Amino acid sequence: MTSQVSDAPAAGAGAAARAADLWKVYGSGEAQVIALRGVNVELERGRFTAIMGPSGSGKSTLMHCLAGLDTATRGQISVGDTALTGLDDGGLTRLRREKVGFIFQQFNLLPTLTAEENILLPLAIAGRKPDPEWYRTVITTVGLADRLTHRPSQLSGGQQQRVACARALVSRPEVIFADEPTGNLDSRSGAEILNFLRRSVTEHGQTIVMVTHDANAASHADRVIFLADGQIVDELTAPTADAVLDRIKRLDAAPVAGAAE
Amino acid sequence: MLRATVKSLLARKLRLVLSGLAVLLGVMFVSGSFVLTDALGRSFDNMFSSAMAETDVLVAADPAIDVSELEGEAVPGLLRSADRDTVAAVPGVAGVVGEVQADGARVIGADGKVVTSFGPPRFGANWTGETGGLELREGRGPSADDEIAINVTLAELSKLKVGDRVGVLTTKPKQMFTLVGVFGYEGGLPGRGPVHEVRFTEPVAQELMLGTPGAYTSLSVTAAPGTDPAALRDAIRGALGDGYQVQTGAEAAAAIADGFKEALSFFNNILLGFAGVALFVGTFLILNTFSIIVAQRTKELALSRALGASRRQVIGSVMVEALVIGLVAAVLGLAAGVGVGALLAEVAASFSSLVLAGIGLPLAAVISAFVVGIGVTMIAALLPAVRASRVPPVAALQEVATPDRPLTKLTVSGTVLGALGTGAIAYGLATDGDAVLWLLLGGVLAAFVGVALLSPALARPAVSVLGRLFSWSVPGKLGRLNSGRNPRRTAITAAALMVGVALITGVNTIITSADRSLRGDATDAFQADLIISGQGSPGMLPTFDEALLPKMRELAGVRSVAAEYNEQAVIDGEPRMATAVTDLPTVVQDFSLVAAAGVLSQPAPGEVVVGESYAADSGLAVGDTVTARLPRGEPTTFRIIGMYQATPFYGGFIFGPDIVPGMRTPAPSFAYVRLADGADAAAARKGLEALLVDSPEMLVEDTGQFLDRELGESAQLLLMIQVLLGLAILIAVLGVINTLALSVLERTRELGLLRAIGLSRAATMRMVTVEAVVITVFGALLGVAVGIGLGAAVVQGLADEGLKELAIPWSQVGVYLVLGALVGVLAAVLPATRAARINVLSAIAHD
Ligand SMILES: Nc1ncnc2c1ncn2[C@@H]1O[C@H](COP(=O)(O)OP(=O)(O)OP(=O)(O)O)[C@@H](O)[C@H]1O
Ligand SMILES: [Mg+2]
Repeated sequence: MTSQVSDAPAAGAGAAARAADLWKVYGSGEAQVIALRGVNVELERGRFTAIMGPSGSGKSTLMHCLAGLDTATRGQISVGDTALTGLDDGGLTRLRREKVGFIFQQFNLLPTLTAEENILLPLAIAGRKPDPEWYRTVITTVGLADRLTHRPSQLSGGQQQRVACARALVSRPEVIFADEPTGNLDSRSGAEILNFLRRSVTEHGQTIVMVTHDANAASHADRVIFLADGQIVDELTAPTADAVLDRIKRLDAAPVAGAAE
Repeated sequence: MLRATVKSLLARKLRLVLSGLAVLLGVMFVSGSFVLTDALGRSFDNMFSSAMAETDVLVAADPAIDVSELEGEAVPGLLRSADRDTVAAVPGVAGVVGEVQADGARVIGADGKVVTSFGPPRFGANWTGETGGLELREGRGPSADDEIAINVTLAELSKLKVGDRVGVLTTKPKQMFTLVGVFGYEGGLPGRGPVHEVRFTEPVAQELMLGTPGAYTSLSVTAAPGTDPAALRDAIRGALGDGYQVQTGAEAAAAIADGFKEALSFFNNILLGFAGVALFVGTFLILNTFSIIVAQRTKELALSRALGASRRQVIGSVMVEALVIGLVAAVLGLAAGVGVGALLAEVAASFSSLVLAGIGLPLAAVISAFVVGIGVTMIAALLPAVRASRVPPVAALQEVATPDRPLTKLTVSGTVLGALGTGAIAYGLATDGDAVLWLLLGGVLAAFVGVALLSPALARPAVSVLGRLFSWSVPGKLGRLNSGRNPRRTAITAAALMVGVALITGVNTIITSADRSLRGDATDAFQADLIISGQGSPGMLPTFDEALLPKMRELAGVRSVAAEYNEQAVIDGEPRMATAVTDLPTVVQDFSLVAAAGVLSQPAPGEVVVGESYAADSGLAVGDTVTARLPRGEPTTFRIIGMYQATPFYGGFIFGPDIVPGMRTPAPSFAYVRLADGADAAAARKGLEALLVDSPEMLVEDTGQFLDRELGESAQLLLMIQVLLGLAILIAVLGVINTLALSVLERTRELGLLRAIGLSRAATMRMVTVEAVVITVFGALLGVAVGIGLGAAVVQGLADEGLKELAIPWSQVGVYLVLGALVGVLAAVLPATRAARINVLSAIAHD
């Protein structure tokens, strides 16, 4: 694993994950919902991408499809050099185990395990040993060295999210997906997490994709993709919070104007 | 509140179905046994009343030896031809048929072996023509003294055909007959019940079955037209005087049927006992289910409390839920019970040539179904209901914060209850009287509940130790951690399994100890080289011809042969076994008997020796006299010449051969053979077997073979108990499934998370399976420990009765533990599949 990551090309050199003409349709007939309609996206290696968009626009769906948690109705998806199309449950499980890391909005940790055991869980499941140096780096960066033996119930929400970050990072996955990782946190704890994610991209070349509603959070990313109604409608590179807010305002207005036509 | 209850009932389908199933199975067992015994009882009524259809009055003599139900069968008294003449002379009597019927006519089948019976009698009777529903199917009735007819049941089993020469063993050694007829009974029946029947001519039946010419066992009287049977009965009673039993045909039929029904009710009680165990285990399951439901509904309950519901309403809502489950389970259980009862009755009837009287729904079945079904459920739900009412309204506002309540109270009360139970058992074993059974029962029950209360405290260390076995893999470790998460739930689930395992282990320990003690004593005591004994039906020891004894003694290599005769007798007014031996000094040596007083020389006519403890109980001493009467003899006095220390094999009166003529079968049932030094044992055995060729029931065995065969029966008993207790284990397994299904449900999100970060389906299933196995092995361990404890207590308590050695059946205990693990794997199948199928997305979707 270690070699795999060190061999990984530097920032910008190729895509860590890619979707082409991705459709996701839930249900059928009357109850049919088209969550994604022909999304084409390429997430560059070693970069921090934010996905934004109104509620129900398909952000989570896109992420789940990219991460092998959900299957696409149509289109191609690949993570690294693995094509997801046609993988069975075992294949998807292996993909998640080896190439993907997750940070959810809440409930990231197993209550029966200590923080340390939670961090090492993906490696344990895969039957691998952590690289001790990298492990120490991760622990110190997240600032959890003195909390390792605590159980999740003994940690604050922010600390729990940091444990989740450490868990996602420790196996050095091809890409980490984070669905509103700061959604449940106050602004200070949120900022800590975002700084931490930012640094793992800048200093360690980790690829991160994050769904967020918060313009401030999005401003930590290298690139922001805007989703509306299952389609990519816009994107921004090197965003500032103001630029993001500005763009959101414009996007909010656009469909309304379109509907009025 | 009611609508909310119904809604929550529907929302918890699986759990309710499983706990309802536990009650249902218990109720099914209870009502099924009532339905079975009711159907069989009425069938017996029908059978005997049709057998007595042509009999207006039945006359029998008072029993020669009357014994209580538990001690065996009474020895019937005999009627003489003079009695028949007296009855025939009574005005209103149109006809008298003298009947001879006694157990013990053993036919040698076409394969040369004696046709065996597993319980039902093998009657030898006189041919009285086609009366009382008897119908010839083939040939004719016996008319010459060397002719017999047999019933269809026996004809089928023996594969004998009309015209065959047949050997029959009776109270006399084997005699040969010609089979001239095969008969059945009206309605196409092969026999009256599962009995085997051989019909001889009257003098032959009297000679062979009763050993008394001109004797009858009963007189069947037909009344002249217009004579009232009851009036005729009284007239006959008056004419005969004391010492007779005179009944109308209907009374006699009812009396015989009552005897059978008494046996049935004993059987019924056994079945109910097992049903009780099953329901007791079911109580744990229901208690657990409701505790879980209440825990899950904490917020809901708190909200309703905050909205103004009173404690009483909260308790009420839980109890209504229990009532509904109990009611549904009772109704379905009753229906299933009728089905099972009917099925078993059908099977029993087809095995015993009984015409089934039709399946009824006895009131007892209905009442017990509802009382048991609803009662058990409501009692089990009471504790959780009270706990539910204690939920503070503020809990509605808090994040799920159910701190682990301390286990101190449980542990203390468990210890106290366990100690009380153990005390009751110890006291019960040490005392005599009516209370013993209740003390033991209450003690065992209290011990079980005590251990169940202790088990949460034990669960933590036990689970962590057990779980280490699985901790080498990630799923194993997670499974272990999961099983330790809720010690109460784990413990009560395991405790349910404990009950069944404990009972099985306990019974096994007692049986093994008894076996070992007997075997140990026997191996020490038995000095005979070969034992001649027979394999008979209950209450009927097979015998061999006395005339063979001198021939046996003349065989090369045989040093001595001591023969033993056994028969029921009345000694000083009490029914007792009487043993007669031909050579007491040899028996004393063969069985290592030790004299306690007087001498143990061969009793001369009119002399007897007796076991010391028996003599002490009856206040007898050497030199005293006792009066003994044998079934075919007159009361005679015997003087006690010696006393011996009782062993498990000898404890009572040992006479000389002078009592043998008074026995129904004046022939030896055992012989103990000693060989000369250096004799060829195999050759001697062959010689003995050759001599016994006309007694195919007799076996020549060495001590080891003899004991293996005699003690083999206890293994069958054990097997039967294990099968019946299997129901309790089945219910416990339902509990395990229930608990696991719940765990899976509660941990949907965790499972989703684990799957998201790469746990495979197979590993997920393994995780759930480990959790199950840890629970069931914990339960099995508890059960084995408690079972060995109970067994040891009983063995200790029965030390005086010859249980000297505590033998723990380790290998079987090991099997139980392995089975416990297997049961866990089995119980995990459904929940684990469910866990593996969890949709990762819906599990992590935050609501
Ligand atoms: N399992 C499902 N079945 C049916 N429809 C679904 C399902 N999951 C999502 N959807 C629909 O797909 C659309 C996109 O949902 P998605 O969860 O991706 O939105 P989102 O952009 O993440 O919204 P939010 O910001 O609220 O999290 C929505 O209209 C949603 O209702
Ligand atoms: Mg979303």
